[in-house]
Amino acid sequence: MGSYLRPTSLPEALEALGAGLDEGRPRVIVAGATDHFPARVGRVADEDVLDVSALADLRGIRAIDGGWWIPALATWADVIDGNLPPLLDGLRLAAGAVGGRQIQNRGTVVGNLVNASPAADGTPNLLVLDAVVTVASRRGERRIPVRRFVTGNRSTVRAADELVTGLFIPAATGGPTARSTFLKLGSRAYLVISIAMVAALLVVDDARRIVEARVAVGACSPVAQRLAALEGVLAGRAAEPGIGTAVLPDHLMGLTPIDDVRGSAAYRLDAAMTLVRRALEGLVA
Amino acid sequence: MTAWVSFRVNGAQVDVETDPMRRLADVLRDDLGLTGTKIGCNAGDCGACTVRLDGRQVCACLVPVAQAAGTEVLTVEGLGSKGAGPGRASEVAPREFGDLGDLQRAFLDAGAAQCGICTPGMLMAADDLLSRSPNPSEPEILDGLGGVLCRCTGYRKILEAVSAVASRARGPETRGPETRGPGARGPEAEAAPGSAVGTRMAKVDGLERVTGSAIYGADQAPEAFLVVRAVRSPHARARFTLGDMAPLHERFPGLVRVLTAADIPGQNRYGIYATGKDQPALADREVRHRGEAVAALVGDAATIDAIADLDVPIAWEPLRAIPDMEAAAASAAPLLHDHALSNVLVSGRVVRGDVEAALARSAVTAEVTVETTFVEHAYIEPEAGSARRVGDRIELFVSTQTPYMDRDEVALILGIRPDQVRIIPSAVGGGFGGKLDLSVHPLIATAAWLLDRPVRAVWTRPESMAASSKRHPARIRAAAGADADGRLSGLRFHGDFDTGAYASWGPTVANRVPVHAMGPYAIPAVLATTRAIHTNNPPAGAFRGFGVPQAAIAHEALMDDLAAQLGIDALEFRHSNALRSGSITATGQVLRASVGLAACLDALRPHWAEMRAAADVWNAEGASAQRPTRRGVGIGAMWYGVGNTSLTNPSTMEIGIDHDGSVTLYSGAVDIGQGASTVLVQIAADALGVPAATINLVSGDTDRTADAGKSSASRQTFVSGNAARLAGADLRAQLLRLAEAGDQATIALGNGRATVTEAGGPAVTIDLAELAAVPGTDLTAAPVLLGRGFFDPTTTPLDADGQGDPYATYAFGAQVAEVEVDLELGTTRVLRVVAAHDLGRAINPTQVEGQIQGGIAQGLGFALMEAYLPGRTENLHDYLVPTVGDIPPIECLLIEDAEPAGPYGAKGVGEPALVPTAPAILGAIHHATGARITTVPATPDRVRSAIQARNR
Repeated sequence: MGSYLRPTSLPEALEALGAGLDEGRPRVIVAGATDHFPARVGRVADEDVLDVSALADLRGIRAIDGGWWIPALATWADVIDGNLPPLLDGLRLAAGAVGGRQIQNRGTVVGNLVNASPAADGTPNLLVLDAVVTVASRRGERRIPVRRFVTGNRSTVRAADELVTGLFIPAATGGPTARSTFLKLGSRAYLVISIAMVAALLVVDDARRIVEARVAVGACSPVAQRLAALEGVLAGRAAEPGIGTAVLPDHLMGLTPIDDVRGSAAYRLDAAMTLVRRALEGLVA
Repeated sequence: MTAWVSFRVNGAQVDVETDPMRRLADVLRDDLGLTGTKIGCNAGDCGACTVRLDGRQVCACLVPVAQAAGTEVLTVEGLGSKGAGPGRASEVAPREFGDLGDLQRAFLDAGAAQCGICTPGMLMAADDLLSRSPNPSEPEILDGLGGVLCRCTGYRKILEAVSAVASRARGPETRGPETRGPGARGPEAEAAPGSAVGTRMAKVDGLERVTGSAIYGADQAPEAFLVVRAVRSPHARARFTLGDMAPLHERFPGLVRVLTAADIPGQNRYGIYATGKDQPALADREVRHRGEAVAALVGDAATIDAIADLDVPIAWEPLRAIPDMEAAAASAAPLLHDHALSNVLVSGRVVRGDVEAALARSAVTAEVTVETTFVEHAYIEPEAGSARRVGDRIELFVSTQTPYMDRDEVALILGIRPDQVRIIPSAVGGGFGGKLDLSVHPLIATAAWLLDRPVRAVWTRPESMAASSKRHPARIRAAAGADADGRLSGLRFHGDFDTGAYASWGPTVANRVPVHAMGPYAIPAVLATTRAIHTNNPPAGAFRGFGVPQAAIAHEALMDDLAAQLGIDALEFRHSNALRSGSITATGQVLRASVGLAACLDALRPHWAEMRAAADVWNAEGASAQRPTRRGVGIGAMWYGVGNTSLTNPSTMEIGIDHDGSVTLYSGAVDIGQGASTVLVQIAADALGVPAATINLVSGDTDRTADAGKSSASRQTFVSGNAARLAGADLRAQLLRLAEAGDQATIALGNGRATVTEAGGPAVTIDLAELAAVPGTDLTAAPVLLGRGFFDPTTTPLDADGQGDPYATYAFGAQVAEVEVDLELGTTRVLRVVAAHDLGRAINPTQVEGQIQGGIAQGLGFALMEAYLPGRTENLHDYLVPTVGDIPPIECLLIEDAEPAGPYGAKGVGEPALVPTAPAILGAIHHATGARITTVPATPDRVRSAIQARNR
């Protein structure tokens, strides 16, 4: 049995993380524990734990200057129940697609990101939202765009003494007209890991022109990816039904899906293309 | 490091000193005795451990107990009107129906609890839902329950129960069930004697399921036991050497013993068949499948938890494994067992007529190749149990479908006589065939026997999935022909079944499939052959249908194809070829009665026509609206021999009256959630002529009941039902003889007296206290009168051509399924199923519907999503079973073509309901898309590529 700390202040938490690193026993961070325990079924768990769930300051999604703040302890249920703007529609849809209600009540948006599964339902949304990850340690604080935060399957730039304190979602770029959506493809209705998923965000001007488009695909590469080429093509186009025809196979060239029990690589690409088209059609409908 | 954690549970304050990172579920169960919270996966995949934490539903297996500090936890034990604080669930849960909460009562009334293992989690999820939204919409209900898996019910009766409570919240006008008085089991409780059969009586074991007080394999208080854990092979085939265990003992002083093959006291070989005892309790130098046990650690729980498999000194030498049947057949393939030449365990064969000539003469012919995968039972209760030595006897408390076979197997392993073994079945949290094999038994029995200390074992989910038996993967080639009038002329079938590393129930599959391979049709020429083939995969054994569901995919695809070629409606084609009373089967058996397939198809016909037409209209609209989805409607038909194939199949039941006038049914038939106990009580009650609610039940204990055979092959209603009827009738005859009364007399029992009354005559009172006790199987009981019933269905052996009467009766059925397929994504959603089943007589329609709906849910999973891949899908998030959102409305049409040999005309329905579902769904996908899928599961990628192949 390892040691366990459940501090109530951020400085204490950061001190514990730093000390753990100093001692050569970096602490495992636990919030909702919905990824922590499943990874330890039938295994001996003797690591030192930092339980951040009592850091009251890290609760509560709120509007802040220039955007929204999703702190480390914000759960999927908080996103679902949060009365958030259309900008965050995609994230809300993802929240309802994570596990079942039990997981949504406990699992956190930040934990999902930090766990860095290629099939993390939150990540494509955070990519299209241009979320900025705030990371703190006793060395200070740094902000990292989400696209640079996750570096691979189960790997991020977070150092062992760092804690992600929250995510900043900038509202300004999108303006009040920004809307997002999310489509998840799985083999059953609930409790399902994505075969492929798409998040999309459009900013449309008064003349129904696309000012800005952002599209990301998850579960089709080690890290969810933005489709920059497609986004370039979409900008300036009319936001009207039929927009899906703008999506071409070349736009998905950067994806590197794998064959696994959920689907073949070829199927994933094919399905991702359909999902991208549908997401865009849904946003302009 | 431990810490004190304080919180409230069901309104009572608790303070626990424990590891702060322990799972809340473990603390509730082990420290607080609240075993109503079940553990199915420890990974948040099944929801069985759902509790409310500060009002919100959470998986208690994913909550570090330290995070519960200062919270309010509500468990199933707190749901009743009295609520309950800590204390063992069996002691504090409501004992009276009147104490039940609304949801619990609704679950009981609706038949929403079958095995009951998911029931507490489902109740807590529903409780959370209704507290947030007292009048939820259907999507809200689905979202609210979506995190809890149920493997038995098909969810429909759960939705019915939750909706009933929600609608009651809307207004008082629908307050029907609440008017029942406390302690009542519903109107049936007051019903007249002799009228239980055919009623929707609530399950006799339902109260403890909706209160969480039923004791399953893992629910005994843990502190009394040492823990046994198997160390399992990570390799499919390997030689191994165990090293010196002394350093391990030194490092872990709490390690009491490491068991190896050399420690098995008796025969280190077990298996269902007397001739096929090929599976070691602990592997001896070589393993044949991933997950095979090579050693067992025995010690206190904390010690065993702290030992990693890698800490145990084992030197592995991986060998070339046989991954599939193709490799097993290769000439250079290693042999798994000396007795299985070419790795073929057993072959099956049924021949009638000249099939080649018949096919050659046919106006139309069709061919099909079918491929299926391993399917996991995925009962939500992993294998669990305990053992203790009592003098020169051993007692096992285990989750099992077959206590008597367990008794005999354990006796062989320990080298003792069967009467030295007592099997006490726990409540069984789902079986479906998987608990017909030994699981924890060999190692807990050996440890308890050698150490003379009580031991227990609870398999983890990955362990359960790696080590338990599976449904056989099949590779089937079949062809059929029909004449121009649409009469089937011949059918040829060959199926290879991957039976894995050990025989298990492989011979049963190889023998049952050829009998059923042509489907429920009269076909003059048939050649059906099968082989069960060994590979280095997990043993494939018994799973609801014993290979028949795989075969049905083939014969039903052929029927669809032939009908289409002839331009005949698919239902009418089946109807005109259906087996009927007087038909001769491919084994030469003349079917004399209770052949209700045509009646099933008649009942389905209006639904079929209406659904096909509606789908065509919807598709025409969809095509013009450029909708990417298409709908389709398919049909599947089946038959299923009830009971063992051409083997003796007996059951004995006893029913006794005590000196105080209480009646007890001693039933060796284990209720695994399917409702056997309820059905047997109903039958025995009517045969005896007393109200069913007055009958007590002793179930399964091999020291207290006679051998009723296994809960398998859909046989308990038919076989043990007959035994129960005969037992009740025997007891009735004894009473009437004592009273010198005629057949029509009524019997009333109570207050130490039996009162027998003939119409218009005086009541004769028998003072039971004055009667001497009579010996029965149950040595702890002293009935003064004991009725016995014995039944063994009449079958004959099959000859070399598979000719004979393998079963005494057959169940028939057909289902129609409507699906919506997304042509671009390949996803399939089942929108509706109508199921017609000829079960002879519905002893309890609620239980029958539950079996049908649950069978359909498993059939849907088999068709669309379930694929077990050793080492890759050993959990319930990679291995997918249907959730509440995947099961459509299911309409059950019960066809009662009475079986003269059945109890009150009943046959069986447990397995039949699963058989036609996948064929109906695959036919519906074909109707929707034009693509015929014959490799299951029909996952989105497979369906999409089949559609693309068609479009090319």
